[in-house]
Amino acid sequence: MSDSLPAGVERREIDGETRLATRGPPVYGEPTDGEWRAWDPERSKLGGMFELGFDTGLSGGETVLYLGAASGTTASHVADFAGPTYAVEFAPRPTRDLLEVAEARDRLFPLLKDARKPETYAHVVESGVDAIVQDVATRGQAAVATRNARFLADDGRLLLAVKARSEDVTAEPADVFAEVLAELEGTYEVIETQRLDRFHEDHLGVVATPR
Amino acid sequence: MTTDESDAGWFASVPPDDPGAARDAIDGGSVESPADWPRLAVESGFADDADDYYDRLREATLHATREAVAERERADDRQLIHAVRAMDDCERVANELAERAVEWAGSRFDGVDAGIAGARAIADRKPDDGIDRRVISLASRAAALADERDELAATIDRVAPAVAPNLADMAGPELAARLIALAGGLESLARKPSGTVQVLGAEDALFAHLSGRAPSPKHGIIYTHEFVRGTRPEDRGSAARALAGKLALAARADHYSGEYREVLHEDLRERMATIRARADADGGAEVDDE
Repeated sequence: MSDSLPAGVERREIDGETRLATRGPPVYGEPTDGEWRAWDPERSKLGGMFELGFDTGLSGGETVLYLGAASGTTASHVADFAGPTYAVEFAPRPTRDLLEVAEARDRLFPLLKDARKPETYAHVVESGVDAIVQDVATRGQAAVATRNARFLADDGRLLLAVKARSEDVTAEPADVFAEVLAELEGTYEVIETQRLDRFHEDHLGVVATPR
Repeated sequence: MTTDESDAGWFASVPPDDPGAARDAIDGGSVESPADWPRLAVESGFADDADDYYDRLREATLHATREAVAERERADDRQLIHAVRAMDDCERVANELAERAVEWAGSRFDGVDAGIAGARAIADRKPDDGIDRRVISLASRAAALADERDELAATIDRVAPAVAPNLADMAGPELAARLIALAGGLESLARKPSGTVQVLGAEDALFAHLSGRAPSPKHGIIYTHEFVRGTRPEDRGSAARALAGKLALAARADHYSGEYREVLHEDLRERMATIRARADADGGAEVDDE
């Protein structure tokens, strides 16, 4: 398992444990060491993907579109190591928390928008972003990834966490994942997949690039 | 969102340092495809360089999103009730008008289709005389009402999750709005026992039945939920009971705390999986352990 963390993400000793960490203002009471703050893989799908050694293709400083930013827990870490980060979230309540996170950062742009309707933010989010991070808990996760492919650079990366239970609570997660991957294949070439169960039950991590 | 600016960035008609205009542009704008906005903004003189652009974008998105959040959170259950009732009225009247227009048009034109689709087709015709004009005008009003119904549905989709995050997630925005409307408000829904939630909406069906328009009711409005309708008939009672129980809890969580409670949704999913497993077990075919 290669350890391919982007610049700005490091494994550091915090509170006696080696943990992923980024540099930035604390957000959710996470343990800190100086300016470094721990990135909890159990609270973050992307954190889980880094912890499991996914090759995300990120090296730091990228322009990122984050879909499903929720309260900004993961988006805050992304903004810490990436460049301009657009954070899309649909629900007002978590977006209020996301605003706090964005206030404390220079290049995290919060947008109260529906990730299923990219045309409602294509006038704000720039084209050719280096990475799309997607963690939306709605049905049709593959469709969201497909519709948002318009933002991604040709050699960009989709970093997707598929939540099986959002698609169909009664189906076997493995069947749901197979369907989602098959739908993705129309737009993306899937590079790597791995279950995130160690940190997130019934989730599949996916790294893909546009066809 | 004028057509000549349909491919322009959010900053196109925003004077520098006008937060209100920026907010309107970010909120209401729409284009099909993104572009290299930072470069275009610099070229158009909106920003001095990319860094300056991102500083302005930061100010604009923070302001626009803060205002949008405040507006959505101000939305209350009364607004949702008005919206869902207006939606139903629009749908009913649109269908009635379309039926009338189609029937009338059938006496004057060939190849007239039924319903809203038929009314839309008639609305696009060219009138030959004064009566044609009336028929076509009537059809276009039916079509416009159908459009208004769709707009109201989209509004409910946006407002319901703000008013009742748990209920909207569990029931879907429309059913959540209907339950709140039937109970007369989120607070009264939160006070109802789950048995009442289970049969909410059956009153309407009963009156429809008594006036001869519908069969006798067996379930309340939650029957429209996939968990009930998608379950085989012999297990629907269990499914409706389980769903109603969790919906009642969701309404209470929404009214008394307003926080999203993941555990409620997990519980319901597990319960539904158990109920649906009965069908598999009876079928005997695809029973296997996880």
